[in-house]
Amino acid sequence: MTRGGTRRPRPSRRTWALAGLASGPLLVLAVFFVLPVSGMVARGLWVDGTFDPGGVLEVLARPRVGRVLAFTVGSALAGTALSLLLGLPAAYALSRLALPGRRLVRSALLVPFVLPTVVVGVAFRQLLGEAGPLGFLGLDGTPVAIVLGLAFFNASVVVRGVGAAWESLDPRPGEAAAALGASPAQVLRTVTWPALRPAVVSSASVVFLFCATAFGIVLTLGGVRHATVETEIYLLTTTLFDLRAAAALSLLQIVVVAGLLLLTGRLRATAAPVERRAARPRRPRRSDLPACATTGLLLLFVATPLAALVVGSLRVGDGWGLAHYRALGSRGDGSGGGSALLVPVTEALVNSLRTAVDATAMAVALGLVLAVLVTRRSHGRLERRLRSGVDALFMLPLGVSAVTLGFGFLITLDRPPLDLRDSALLVPVAQALVALPLVLRTLVPVLAAVDDRLRQAAASMGAGPLRAWLTVDLPAVWKPLLAAGGFAFAASLGEFGATSFLARDDRPTLPVVIFRLLGTPGQLNYGMALAGSVVLAATTTLVVLAVERLRVPSVGAF
Amino acid sequence: MKTHALAGALVALGVVTAGCSALGDDGGSSSGEERAGEVILVTHDSFELPDSLVERFREEHGMELIVRKSGDAGALSAKLGLTKESPTGDAAFGIDNTFASRVLDEGVFAPSDPTLPPGAEAYALAEGGDRLFPVDVGHVCVNVDDTWFAEEGVRPPRTLEDLAEPAYEDLLVVPAASTSSVGMAFLLTTVAAFGDDWRDYWQSLLDNGLKVVDGWSDAYYTDFTQGGGGGSRPIVLSYDSSPAFTVPKGEDEPTTSALLETCFRQVEYAGVLDGAANPEGAEAVLQFLLEQPVQEALPESMYVFPVDSSVELPEAWARHAVQPDEPWSVEPAEIAANREQWLREWTEITTR
Repeated sequence: MTRGGTRRPRPSRRTWALAGLASGPLLVLAVFFVLPVSGMVARGLWVDGTFDPGGVLEVLARPRVGRVLAFTVGSALAGTALSLLLGLPAAYALSRLALPGRRLVRSALLVPFVLPTVVVGVAFRQLLGEAGPLGFLGLDGTPVAIVLGLAFFNASVVVRGVGAAWESLDPRPGEAAAALGASPAQVLRTVTWPALRPAVVSSASVVFLFCATAFGIVLTLGGVRHATVETEIYLLTTTLFDLRAAAALSLLQIVVVAGLLLLTGRLRATAAPVERRAARPRRPRRSDLPACATTGLLLLFVATPLAALVVGSLRVGDGWGLAHYRALGSRGDGSGGGSALLVPVTEALVNSLRTAVDATAMAVALGLVLAVLVTRRSHGRLERRLRSGVDALFMLPLGVSAVTLGFGFLITLDRPPLDLRDSALLVPVAQALVALPLVLRTLVPVLAAVDDRLRQAAASMGAGPLRAWLTVDLPAVWKPLLAAGGFAFAASLGEFGATSFLARDDRPTLPVVIFRLLGTPGQLNYGMALAGSVVLAATTTLVVLAVERLRVPSVGAF
Repeated sequence: MKTHALAGALVALGVVTAGCSALGDDGGSSSGEERAGEVILVTHDSFELPDSLVERFREEHGMELIVRKSGDAGALSAKLGLTKESPTGDAAFGIDNTFASRVLDEGVFAPSDPTLPPGAEAYALAEGGDRLFPVDVGHVCVNVDDTWFAEEGVRPPRTLEDLAEPAYEDLLVVPAASTSSVGMAFLLTTVAAFGDDWRDYWQSLLDNGLKVVDGWSDAYYTDFTQGGGGGSRPIVLSYDSSPAFTVPKGEDEPTTSALLETCFRQVEYAGVLDGAANPEGAEAVLQFLLEQPVQEALPESMYVFPVDSSVELPEAWARHAVQPDEPWSVEPAEIAANREQWLREWTEITTR
């Protein structure tokens, strides 16, 4: 490895260029994340105009806080472990094996990700509840139910994140090792794992953050008996009005998450550049049976609650029918001819799709710039640290309470020049902030593994930086970019926490409308909520499927 | 060639984005000087009014009524308290008697002087009656599935004490006081009914197999036998108006009923926000909420009773939604002083 050979450009110009590239995303993050969160935390730290950090320490010393933190970390670790256990074999099977319908399966596995938690809660509880078909397991209201729910939502993150890296992994080194007598386990350990580790660590850290900040699923499936830091912040802010304690927990959350991100940043570091090419999936062999079996299990695990939803949406009175679907164009059932909704479900779906397009465009554009920024070879330690710091910074929004962020928007973006709290921009920006880490974590491992010597070779043959990027980086990143786009779109379609805070009344998204229907008495409204969820799920599958089909032949075939 | 294809893809992407973006059309912010012809009502998720009434307001007052909803009653109160220096609207609706003292103490509302409809005086606040005005009233009551009890040949419960009887073991499901305003109302019911002994009562409920779930929809749709989700518990915490929604098609009688001795009164108030950009508009909205057209629309759009006693109720309501004569209640000031303590103790008891 001869890396120091080329002459470095003058540091000052280089630094300016990097700073210029970083300034856009950083500005977005500062306005829409750092400012609101610090504004909300400051409300808790400054009591009646005086700075009182002692109060925060006092809150953190409460025994309950220790219990809550322990449960949060424990359940999130368990949820992450289960997601990896189910997701990794499926990522392998769906990206490397020529299984029938694998694209469809891969898209369908994303469905849980977009379903509103309140709907998934209903579906899970219909299965696990006292009267449900799985009621005999006695899981309703236990931590096991919470962990199952977390894995239901997040296994697809692993399938997608790791699958994207696995798909473009050159199979030849592994085949060569096998030809030289290495056992499959040895190939996995010495060839495949080192190449995949960054992607696995990336996905695992995203899943952990999702699990640690899960809200609805913890309350619904845990039967309110198990508090996490996130549910505690909600309770303290909206019911007990204890802003100081909420600020203390928000700070605790930020510190823990930042620590975790720095740790995983180190684990993610790529060992060596990896040859990438779009490998042709091969026919499954007998040794692939465990992976295929696990994929089947995951599919069953994801499909069962969804089947409960579909069945529920088709049950009309004592019989069966499509009445709930036909009603989606209406506005639900108030008593005696009124209506439950301000806009029909179909219109909410259009709102959802349009918002998701905006959010995806923002997330992908920002994510691509950032991914390029943090993966370029660093000159010197400071620069490397800065880059990994920027990387971690954009992961933070996933790990910080949506309640703190939502209220923070209200109290900090309220006057010129940042009078944005009623702006139509707010919802897509909030969704983009949630989707951005998914884009980053999909792109960074791939770009980091591109051999810098290829770029140098392109440059030495006279290609400008843009040309070099187009011929070297883009082919490697094209498919992961589509995968990330689909992923961001799905995440934005299903986002509920921040959206429910910020969505304007005349333009609600589908998850917001479903939530509203479920909070209203009447059989038709309940059926419509389930039917709306099925429509949301189907739309997601179709959109993700279509996005992944998009490709530019000459580039993709490179 | 490659670059061409890529450019094509980018252009296509741009077109798609421009075509289906939500940002392109109107979306204009409604702040600052542009707000002359608008008045903003801040409220919770459950607020709903027919379009025709919103249109009527515009015609009568020459102002656009903009409704901003977010979160439940608790989130609304928190939001109003946090934004009191720079309110997000002009008037607010949806503060109930369990949150009233709290927001009044924060100084969120400005004094006002609307004309109250007949009968509304009965629901006025003792303290802060010059700033918050009653708009609607509802009751949180235990509901029972009459068909279930008829089939099982068991006499349905009637009182709070009954619920702790062995005959009703494993039959009751309620939403949690910590995460649901309905659940909070039930906690207050028990405080009103049993005084300091409410803790023992909850313990006896738990010993009798009480199930506590996250929210109202969870309890009603998933666990209640008449909720449609195939639940197994025939006793649930809901509203006095809920039976009106369980009349099967082609029949006259509802399949459920509310236990009128277990009800807690929830009154929802509205007021003019202190520091409103459009105080005259806010006054107009407040008066609008108290006038007959809105009062008449309340049952069908928000599932609550009007405070105006002269309003005629919809037929299903008049027949099947029976209001309790003597509901339980707790003084708003007492609630404000003890809410946190009660909730902490309740959490200790139910999660032990």
